[in-house]
This record gives sequence, C-alpha cells and structure tokens, in this order.
Amino acid sequence: MAEAVSNARHFPEGGEIIKCIGVHKWYGEFHVLKNVNLSVAKGERIVVCGPSGSGKSTMIRCLNRLEEHQKGQIIVDGIELTGNLKNIELVRREVGMVFQHFNLFPHLTVLENCTLAPIWVRKMPKAQAEEIAMTYLTRVRIAEQANKYPGQLSGGQQQRVAIARSLCMNPKVMLFDEPTSALDPEMVKEVLDVMIGLAEDGMTMLCVTHEMGFAKSVADRVIFMDRGEIIEQNTPEEFFNNPQSDRTRLFLSQILNH
Amino acid sequence: MTDNVHSAAGAPDERPPSSSVGLLGWLRGNLFNTWYNALLTVLIIGGLMRVIPPLLDWLIFSAHGFGAQATECRVPDSGACWGFVGDKLRFIMFGTFPYDQQWRPLVTIAIFIALLLASCDRRFWKPWLALLWAAGLAAVSVLMWGGVFGLTYVENALWGGLPLTLILSVIGLAVAFPAAILLALGRRSDMPAIRVISVTYIELIRGVPLISLLFMASVMFPLFLPTGVTIDKLLRAQVAFIMFAAAYMAEAIRGGLQAIPKGQYEAGDALGLSYWQNMRKVVLPQALAIAIPPLVNTFISFFKDTSLVIIIGLYDLLGTAKAALTDPAWRGFYREAYLFIGLIYWAFCFFMSKYSQKLERDLNRSHRR
Repeated sequence: MAEAVSNARHFPEGGEIIKCIGVHKWYGEFHVLKNVNLSVAKGERIVVCGPSGSGKSTMIRCLNRLEEHQKGQIIVDGIELTGNLKNIELVRREVGMVFQHFNLFPHLTVLENCTLAPIWVRKMPKAQAEEIAMTYLTRVRIAEQANKYPGQLSGGQQQRVAIARSLCMNPKVMLFDEPTSALDPEMVKEVLDVMIGLAEDGMTMLCVTHEMGFAKSVADRVIFMDRGEIIEQNTPEEFFNNPQSDRTRLFLSQILNH
Repeated sequence: MTDNVHSAAGAPDERPPSSSVGLLGWLRGNLFNTWYNALLTVLIIGGLMRVIPPLLDWLIFSAHGFGAQATECRVPDSGACWGFVGDKLRFIMFGTFPYDQQWRPLVTIAIFIALLLASCDRRFWKPWLALLWAAGLAAVSVLMWGGVFGLTYVENALWGGLPLTLILSVIGLAVAFPAAILLALGRRSDMPAIRVISVTYIELIRGVPLISLLFMASVMFPLFLPTGVTIDKLLRAQVAFIMFAAAYMAEAIRGGLQAIPKGQYEAGDALGLSYWQNMRKVVLPQALAIAIPPLVNTFISFFKDTSLVIIIGLYDLLGTAKAALTDPAWRGFYREAYLFIGLIYWAFCFFMSKYSQKLERDLNRSHRR
C-alpha cells in the first residue's frame, strides 16, 4: 500500500529541475511527509491532489524551504536545500510561489509589489523592473490597476497580481498552493485562465488544487497524496479513468460525485 | 462604476424634521436626551460657572503683567504674577548658560524644532534626512560647547533649561528607536542566543524604575571605572535614557510585528528577499504603522520623564524652574512657574499627539486592506 503506483513515462524535453529523494517531515511527533520521492522535469505541469491534511501543501512548501524537511534530500535547480541560507535564497529566486491567501504586500501598490523583488534581489534598475512588471500585469490583464493598492482589488484580481509578482522574478518553476481555494466562485475562472496561459507557454508548474477540470485539461501528471505519502502518480487520463489504488478511487468518488 | 439605478425616477429628497437638526437638535441629542443626562448637564454647567470666573480672574483680570515686580504682586487679592515669568524667562529657558551667550541655546532650540518639523513630512523620508540630522546635531554641539569659530567654551555642567530637555529627549529617542527595532526583531529571532539576550535586556530594564537607572548611571557606574577616568554626567544620563526608552519601544514594536500575518513573511521569503530586505521592505513598514499609537505613547512619556534628571543634579526645564523659585525676591510664585513650564511641556506633547493621529490617518489611507 505504501509503495507509490507509478507508470513509466517520458518526461518532456529539458531534464530534471526538482528531485526529492526519501523526504520525511515531522511536526513535533506528527509524521506529515513519509518517504516522498518525486522528480519533476523542466516544462512539466503537475497537479497535486488529495484529501485535506494529506501533506500536499507541506510538500510543495518544502520545495522552496518555507517548511524544513528533516530527512532525505531535496534538490532544486541543481542546489540541495539544507540549512545553508545562501542556497535557500538562490533557490527561492528561481522558484515562484502563489499562495492561497495571495499574500500581497498591502502597503505597496500593485506595481511596487511586482518590482520589489526584481529591484532588491535581482538588483535591476527601477525603470527596467517597472517595464517588466507592466508586461506581466498586462499578461494577467490587470495593467490598468497598477497604481492601486491590493486592498482596493477583488480576490481574483489580487491573485492575478500575485501571479504577476512571481513571474517578474522570471522563475524557472512556479508553485501554486491552492490558488483558487480562497476565491469566490465567480473569480476562479479568471485565475485558472491565467494559469492555463502559463502552462501553454511552457512554464514548469506544480499546483496543489481541487480543480479537477484544470488537472484534466492542463496537467502532464497528476499526483495523489494521502496521509503524507504519494499514493499514485499518473497521466490525467489514466488517473481519472483507471485509478490504481483503493484510496485514489475513494477520493475520486468523493470529489467527482457531488 | 457605481451606477445608481434609482436616480432617474427616485423619490424627492426631504429635509429631516427640525427637532433632529441644527442647534436645537444637537442639544436634544447630546445634552438633554434623557432625564439623567439633563441633570448631569445642569450640574456640570453649574460647576463650570463656579470655577471658570475665579480662574480667569486669577489668570488674567487681577493678574500682574510680565513687567511686574515681586513687591507689586504681594498686595492682597492679587492674581497671578506673570512678572516672575518675565523676570526669570531666560533663566528658566537656558539655565546657567553664560548670560551674554544665550543666543546659542536659543538657536539650538530653533534647530531642533526645524529638524523635527522637517522630519514630520513624509516626502522628506529619504536618506538625505539622516545627513540633515547629522549636520543639525553637529551644529548643536558647536553652539552648545563652543571652543571653535571664536565661540567661548561652555562646559555642559552649565547647560540647562529647554535645550537640555530637547537634547536628552530628541537624541535619546533618535538613538533608542533603531536600537528598539533591533531588540524587537531579536526577541522574535530564530536564533536562541539572540532571543535570550534581547528578552533578558528588555525584561531587566523594564523591571527597574527609571529613577534607579539614573541613580545607577550617576552614582554606581563611576565606581566601575578605573581611577582618573570620568565620563560626563550628562552623557551617563543620556545613556541611561536611551537604554530605558529602547526597552519600552522594543515592546511597542513587537506588538506591531506580531500583528503582521505569517503570510507576509512567507511571501517575502518566497520571492528570495534576504531576512533584512524582508524586514526593511515588507514587515517593518507595516509593523511600525501599526505600532504608532503605543510608540507615540512612549515618546510622550519619555519626553516628560527627562524631567527626572533633576535628581542627579542636571537642570532641565523643570530643574531651572525650581531653581528660579529659590531666588528670595521671587519666593512663593510656584503656581506661575509650574503653569508656565507645564504649558511648554504640553505644547510639545500635544503636537506629538496630533502629528501621530495625522500620520496614522495618512498611512491607513494608503494601506487600505
């Protein structure tokens, strides 16, 4: 049961960008991640799903060290994540993250939110950073709000700004931690559309989400987690039509039949 | 965006009934809305009528002006004797600073007020403001000490009055503020050693009255120095104030830090900001804005607490006022003396309070969540 069911498949071109080998994590006595092994190729689009408390958010938060793992190896963009702060900062520059609750900086305008990291982390001149920010804000269709503060925007607009803010760092990987869970239903689509556009442009993406429609149409691979383990990973067609394990079948029956 | 669909054919606007608007409405709503409020209103008006006329009489109508002599004021039924303030003004303001050189502390006061006013404008919150402060403080040192540019040397034991109060409080707050930020961050640090040091420092200093800290600085501290080495009394008091203010402000700032959601720290981290960049650009601007009310509270009480230096023999504004009362010619006019310096303290504190309210409003306007 603990053994992950995986079928051999060819990854898209480009080689490996994330590798997890035997990763374990505990919160105190609680064993949140149990022997997670994962390999992500450049350009791959992965959807991570599973019941709440299954460790899926924790897993992707380990990939940019917002959470610390206690055992095993995580290698991102050729750098192993350890206690070394310099390495962690190097990895975080290349890995964008979008949060459930957007986490925009409320004291900065939309534009300043987007230019902060390029200016301070990438040491980019302000004019250039603003130009890039406007490009991405246009791409998420929110350029006209550039000088407003996050508090003046709707949830869907804020999440699109958060995506643009990450993209401004020109990341090699984008992590999405339940990006649509905190949104009103009518705003989910505008955010998913932006994410689909990103996927079509070849961005490497790991997305924790309950949007199974998104998984079916966009993902190269669906990963199912339960109680801290990767139970099954497969192409969306196989995953939804021909689930291999009982737990996957149970989960799918619960989320698809309501 | 906000179309009002009813505007075209809406009902006509009517005036509210006369009993709820205007002076009559205000009186009914605020002073006489219930029988017990009406009773209280009547009682308070009665009380004010008994207190205010004699007070005004003492302050103004029966008072002797700023040119009055003490003997004129000593006739029975006299009001306030502002002649005391007129005669002692320069002593109260400048202490024992050499009389013919007192333009120097006067310019010092002007420099401090100019610096503070300039710092109030958010458009001036740029790196050059720090340079302006450095230049201002250098000018203040030259003016107060002298010994260069043909100014006679004045040792700081002779300093007193308002410049001393301003030096102690403004320099004290300016140094204590960054120290407090470091202490507050240290208290929330992941590094145990730094956390323990910060917590110990804050709790030790907060657990001790300011007076005892001043006594320690003036009496005990010299015992630990090698013989022959002396550190200036004013400097020792200044350091004691800085240590004290830093601990209190650190706790005010910690309150602000705790109010910042974890997601803000994480968003900064995830973008690759270093710890200090994250603090400086993301966390502290929000935390300090939240901490404004308790910080200003500390500023105000600290400004007034500088008057405690009187116990170690420094003559700040309160000290010079008390010393002025020891002049046999003017003995007994303590009400005038304390009212006068009370007014000066009040003017500064009231300004701080008003400014902080404005700052809060401005910051809230742009931070609207």
